[in-house]
Amino acid sequence: MKRIMRLKFKNIISIVCVFTLLLSVLLSSACRPKNSESIILAGSTSVQPFAEILAEQFMALHPEINIDVQGGGSAAGILAANSSTADIGMSSRALNTDESKTLIAVEIARDGLAVIVHPSNPIVNLTLAQVSAIYSGEITSWDALGDAMKKKIHVVTREDGSGTRSAFESLVMGKVAIMPQAIVQDSNGAVRQLVADDPAAIGFISLGLVDLTVKAIELDGIQATREHVIDGSYRLTRPFLFLTRTQPEGTAKLFIDFTLSTEGRRILNNEGLITMGDVPQK
Amino acid sequence: MKKFGERVPQSFFLVVALSAFSILALITVFIFIEGVPIIAKVGFFNFVFGMKWAPSQGYYGIFPMIVGSLSVTLGAVIIGVPVAICCSIFLAEFAPVKLRNLIRPAIQLLGGIPSVVYGFWGLIFIVPAIRNYLGGPGLSILAGSIILAIMILPTVISIAEVSMLALPPLLKEGAFALGATHWQTIRSVLLPSARSGILAGIILGVGRAVGETMAVIMVLGNAVALPTSILDPARTLTTNIGIEMGYASGEHQQALFATGIVLLVIIMILNAGAQYAVRRK
Amino acid sequence: MVIWSAATLVIVLLLSIIFYILSKGLPTITWQFLTEIPSDMGRSGGILSSIVGTLLVTAVAIVIATPLGVGTAFYLTEYTHESNITKIIRFSAESLAGIPSIVYGLFGFIFFVIYLHLGWSVLSGGLTMGVMILPTIIRTTEEAVRAVPPMYREVSFSLGGTKWQTMLKVLIPSALPGISTGVILGIGRCVAETAAVILTAGSALRMPTSLFSPTRTMAVHFYILAREGISMERAYGTAALLIILILVINIVANILVNRFVAKGR
Repeated sequence: MKRIMRLKFKNIISIVCVFTLLLSVLLSSACRPKNSESIILAGSTSVQPFAEILAEQFMALHPEINIDVQGGGSAAGILAANSSTADIGMSSRALNTDESKTLIAVEIARDGLAVIVHPSNPIVNLTLAQVSAIYSGEITSWDALGDAMKKKIHVVTREDGSGTRSAFESLVMGKVAIMPQAIVQDSNGAVRQLVADDPAAIGFISLGLVDLTVKAIELDGIQATREHVIDGSYRLTRPFLFLTRTQPEGTAKLFIDFTLSTEGRRILNNEGLITMGDVPQK
Repeated sequence: MKKFGERVPQSFFLVVALSAFSILALITVFIFIEGVPIIAKVGFFNFVFGMKWAPSQGYYGIFPMIVGSLSVTLGAVIIGVPVAICCSIFLAEFAPVKLRNLIRPAIQLLGGIPSVVYGFWGLIFIVPAIRNYLGGPGLSILAGSIILAIMILPTVISIAEVSMLALPPLLKEGAFALGATHWQTIRSVLLPSARSGILAGIILGVGRAVGETMAVIMVLGNAVALPTSILDPARTLTTNIGIEMGYASGEHQQALFATGIVLLVIIMILNAGAQYAVRRK
Repeated sequence: MVIWSAATLVIVLLLSIIFYILSKGLPTITWQFLTEIPSDMGRSGGILSSIVGTLLVTAVAIVIATPLGVGTAFYLTEYTHESNITKIIRFSAESLAGIPSIVYGLFGFIFFVIYLHLGWSVLSGGLTMGVMILPTIIRTTEEAVRAVPPMYREVSFSLGGTKWQTMLKVLIPSALPGISTGVILGIGRCVAETAAVILTAGSALRMPTSLFSPTRTMAVHFYILAREGISMERAYGTAALLIILILVINIVANILVNRFVAKGR
């Protein structure tokens, strides 16, 4: 019994010490008042990377301000802006009438929507109607499109709350629903990776994210390039929006102003987006 | 004859216990309060057996997800359990002690690895293999089953091994004395005796498989439709919550809580089964 | 013979997963990687903010769950008699310990982040994790205390000790290995958790400066890097670091158990 008793004092004391230490560390960090100079952006995973770059540059210019960027999808961003969980919500699609009643939207850029296939896929051009038919399940095989590949089309879409998906649905599908058998991925990157790996896959992502691992197809004969988005011939485009519940003020206003300024627009253009009064890329 | 000095610690512990209970009760109550109204509104059968999940149009049928969860878990059990039992027999009966002491921590480590790492590994190796050799997009129930089987192996192996090592040595010696070979002993004496422990381990593994989210989101394809073959993409109850909870609001959100209720019920049934299995010894 | 080969094959396969990640990730783990914060969306820089975030969230979870869990378990075993109520409580604790973590995440998101206006923060994440591991700690502590031979208690009582003294001097030390195992299991679960954390602690890359800052834990960072294809190098590095962390946690757990078990004998 003696051994256990000695063990007890040392150990109880040390455990209590560790806890007190942890507790005091946590409490001391909690006691700092919530920084009023910090804002949170939340929402579209398409807008998120660009918001992060803007935030980094902004914080370099204003070291006393903190900006946190959170993902979740456009619908999550609208929800967060409405519930004030985020100071600024991010959306990659236009607001509908109900949403416009409660939120103020500022368009910070326009982005093209590219329909992508595997680089080895011989298809080069599709009509909007064909894309819609593929996604609704009417056309199920690549060879129905006059292609030698006798494979079933693997349709890839984004999750329900994605602004990219909503934009795709309103621009391409119209009233027709995307088929429930479609594979769902939760980010642009994931869709791109999937299409890059699977020769029979088709998907849609932000135009700015198209790289050499996938091939963007022409729509109705128009190539998916930035220039065609600017001159309006490529019709799949959607707005990137910053959403606030009230007129932006304070730090949020500062950040939004920065985003709309020449410097902010230059940053976005460099990354492949299109902004108002387009500034030529450096 | 309780001295005053006894009452203070007792009250202290009572307060602590009550706090803990109220927190846990809060969660349960919260889930039920949020989830029950939508089940009542849509109707229990329409919810649990409804084929269509389309919240934007008001359809809240989770049957495709139930089928997804069931098939993926069943697949994991079919693939994983025999392998796990073989491994545990190997560890308990055939491995030299030094090897056992080397392998056991390795298996423990495997059990602690984040599920996203397994999912990622599956995405790199399993999914393309299925796509190239078996067809389909690769993101499929089969991929999910394989990954989940790998993930529950550590759990089942360690519990099965412990169960077998805990058997009284008399059992084995008695069988040898009667002239049985090692393998006959294992098959006819040891395995049946350790049965309840092994079963408990399997049920624990099943619980883990049912609850897995991230790895499954990455390899299952998350299609909303009812899967018709193991090469089809599918969605489970957990991944449904995981994908949609960021943006669900109103009824949609309530439907996700209702899915949580279904999961809670499934876990309770599994637990009851585990306790029954252990008691049957 | 079949058993031998099947088993070795499987174990080799499992270990190959670890080796694959480590071989691709270890080269990335440099001193810079560990001490720099991420920049350019994580394409460059290190993962310091994620490491700190993981530690903070885990710390909050442990500070909340351990006292509550251990205290509750002691109350159940020492101050109540075995009855139907305790059976129900035990069954509930078992069930709650088995609930998928995503359900806890859903609860944490709606309750802590939105309803309590805590926002995406270390606090929201830590509270959610704490609540998640609470049932497990209650269960393992209860089992550990129950496993203490009744003789220890009887001897202590016969020497004139009160219940409280018995608990302090006899039960806690004897049950410590079991309790520590439960706590360490909880730590391991916090470190590895992704689904529940991504929507409670958030996914912001900045270094967390207080309990109210959002943070991206290592598991979440790995998920985002790997999924978005931002930087596969750093993704593997993060994964390798996670594996090493889990390994360290397991080693510590085993050391603790062996030390106490050996001494207690």
